[in-house]
Amino acid sequence: MSNSEAAAIGLTHRGSEDTGLGQRGPQSKSIVVPYGFWLFVLSDMVLFSALFATYASLVHATDGGPVTSQLFDRTTVAIETLALLISSFICGLAMITAKRKNLLWTQIWLLLTGLTGFIFLLIELTEFVGMIRIGAGPQRSAFLSSFFTLVGCHGAHVTAGLMWIGTMMAQIWAKGFREDILRRLLCLSVFWHALDIIWVAIFTIVYLIGTLP
Amino acid sequence: MSPILGKLTWSAIPFEEPIPLITSIVVIVALAAVAIWITKIKAWPYLWHEYITSTDHKRIGIMYIVLGLAMLVRGFADAIMMRAHQFLAIGPHQGYLNPEHYDQIFSAHGTIMIFFVAMPLVIGFMNFVVPLQLGVRDVAFPTMNNVSFWLSASGALLVNLSLFLGEFARTGWLAFPPLSEKAFSPGVGVDYYLVALQISGVGTVLTGVNFVTTILKIRAPGMSYLRMPVFCWTALASNLLIIAAFPVLTATLAMLMLDRYLGFHFFTNDGGGNSMLYMNLIWVWGHPEVYILVLPAFGIYSEVVSTFSGKPLFGYRSMVFATLAICILSFTVWLHHFFTMGAGADVNAFFGIASMLIGIPTGVKIYNWLFTMYGGRVRFNVPMYYTIGFMLTFVLGGLTGVLLAIPPVDFIVHNSLFLVAHFHNVIIPGVVFAIMAGYTYWFPKAFGFTLDERLGKAVFWCWFIGFNLAFMPSYLLGFWGGTRRMQHISDPSWRPWLGIELVGAFVIGFGVVLMVVQLVYSIRTRDQRRDLTGDPWDGRTLEWLTLSPPPHYNFAVLPDVHGEEAYWHRKQEAIERDALIAEPDYQPIEMPLNTPVGVICAFFASICGFAVIWYIWWLAIVGLIGAFAVFVWYAWRDEHEHIIPVEEVIANARERRRVRMENLHQLSQST
Repeated sequence: MSNSEAAAIGLTHRGSEDTGLGQRGPQSKSIVVPYGFWLFVLSDMVLFSALFATYASLVHATDGGPVTSQLFDRTTVAIETLALLISSFICGLAMITAKRKNLLWTQIWLLLTGLTGFIFLLIELTEFVGMIRIGAGPQRSAFLSSFFTLVGCHGAHVTAGLMWIGTMMAQIWAKGFREDILRRLLCLSVFWHALDIIWVAIFTIVYLIGTLP
Repeated sequence: MSPILGKLTWSAIPFEEPIPLITSIVVIVALAAVAIWITKIKAWPYLWHEYITSTDHKRIGIMYIVLGLAMLVRGFADAIMMRAHQFLAIGPHQGYLNPEHYDQIFSAHGTIMIFFVAMPLVIGFMNFVVPLQLGVRDVAFPTMNNVSFWLSASGALLVNLSLFLGEFARTGWLAFPPLSEKAFSPGVGVDYYLVALQISGVGTVLTGVNFVTTILKIRAPGMSYLRMPVFCWTALASNLLIIAAFPVLTATLAMLMLDRYLGFHFFTNDGGGNSMLYMNLIWVWGHPEVYILVLPAFGIYSEVVSTFSGKPLFGYRSMVFATLAICILSFTVWLHHFFTMGAGADVNAFFGIASMLIGIPTGVKIYNWLFTMYGGRVRFNVPMYYTIGFMLTFVLGGLTGVLLAIPPVDFIVHNSLFLVAHFHNVIIPGVVFAIMAGYTYWFPKAFGFTLDERLGKAVFWCWFIGFNLAFMPSYLLGFWGGTRRMQHISDPSWRPWLGIELVGAFVIGFGVVLMVVQLVYSIRTRDQRRDLTGDPWDGRTLEWLTLSPPPHYNFAVLPDVHGEEAYWHRKQEAIERDALIAEPDYQPIEMPLNTPVGVICAFFASICGFAVIWYIWWLAIVGLIGAFAVFVWYAWRDEHEHIIPVEEVIANARERRRVRMENLHQLSQST
């Protein structure tokens, strides 16, 4: 592509040649902010991968205590998973209404995102409390330590997400759909969906494999 | 345990131990004196506005480097104490440090030198240099950059607090379990270690995110990937490694904290815990960490060797590929840190071979530097001294590394002084010499005047000779069966060698003192050593295009890049035509506002960390709530940027053009 052609479609920056590899000078904030946030999510995924590796190597270190098939209940986990997936879907709806700058519906969808996330968290906490009650707390064995840490770390992320959703609702309400606030909403939805991806891995590796007959 | 003060009592202050007590008092008095002096010359507002709350990458870089150099003195003091004790504690003599204290010193030495000396210095250089070399005005997230720095500073504060309140870990710099578990280390030492590293680790991950985004998304027009200076490439590789490795450290230390605080069983002897899991996890972070430090150091050498040889870097592309090859290979070698675990011959063979493979791209780099010098008109300035000194000694360290990568050899010299000699032999020439080279090389860019050459060379010789004296005998001692971390030495025939090592440590110490002298002398004679052109070394990369020190916004107009060595070509063209490029159309510039959010965040992080170390739970909750409140308050701001008026930009730019024109006439006439 010659320089003039490239200029015609806006690919050059003040006459410098362009090979399509991002040489047009600094990118705008609408690119940079989500990009940086993606990288952060990536680092979070690495953190979870360390926890997954730990769980995988300690899952049989039960020290004579309960094993996976005695503790997990597929039905409860299915409901829990459903709550989180629905939450993610509603988060998508919130993003669509935010793009259309519909204040009321954005707030409603965000509230529902948070509520379904909260239901997920409640089910998780009930499961935790139930396990601790029957003497299968994290101090019982290395397997249970790694289980509570892996699943609990995801739960802690969901809790942080709920606080973030609350903050974003307040910000939208107070400041409207400013450009920076829309960027933050985008990051929030990336975060929320990433938690889903991690949950799918937890669902498979911890619960499905753990309840195989 | 009291609900108000947790484990904290008067006995936390080491009244009966004179060494830490006197050191702490001296440090506190010195800090108070500095604070009073700053108050007296009324510099607090200046420091607050220009440094503490600054979002300027150059200022943040300088703060990182100051932090790193200050901690270098602390870590070095530990080193002198160890060497002196080793020399004294031979045969019937017991030395002056009891085992408890000696163990804390070697743990603190390693922790401080890696986390609070090497990391801040390397990150400091990346901060100062990368945006300038990319021809842009700041990093991608300037405020987050400030937060990162203050979180690192918070971690450094906690580690040093352990000198005065309580104790430090006695577990070595990586706190291996089961020794670091509650059962065997019940005190607060390991907690200081864990909390300090968690806080500074968060800062480091944020730095990684920030710099990868900056290098991939924020570059001057025309600055394609293969036109970036090699230092930017190494910074990219290093920050990719940070993103991929530091979260593992966070997870690992968090698990150890859960073991210690809540009675989990990750790494304990009972309950099914597995301490070898910790070794695997910590070294999955730990080995890439070596390259996080040394890759930017290689970048510094590349810049220096090309500038002072007056030639483009030989094999630029192979340098980039070598960097990325090391970046990837660094994740495939962690097991060589514990061949003796007993993973079996196949596993050990794989990791042994992978470790040796890293020697290949590193060798490529060494040859590239040599060939850059070959046929060049080499100027022997201080940075070049360090580069040559590095190449001579680092090759030796690399070769002993290849020896250690052979599992059967490793079984013999594992955990010996041979190993200690090896890693000091790669880290001191590899990282510390690079830092000294970079410090001399970019100092005029940061402050507008050069450092004294004669004193700089004296400092180099101290480091070079001192290093060789201090560590080469350890290779021999290691072969003779000397294990690392020994508080007492029973074989009196080692005395001469330990004496040589002590002398070496003192020679380095003399170098550190000379460095301070060099700085003071250079500041006093700064008027004779001003860098008026912004290009004191006849540089080739874009940081030398702007003034020294650069304006806040670096470049009045972002430079247009047309090839590798962006500044060099621009300069040659200007010399040929005896004219600068036509004056561009100046625009007002938007720059990020200063913000106290970093320092406030670090304040709450320090409080929260301190509370966790001492089991003061109410205070930990206060710290957390405070940190969250700061985030919300910060997110509520309406102003992000301030505008620098076009008149100011034009005035600065015209002044720069006038200076450059004068310089240009001289250059044109001389060629």
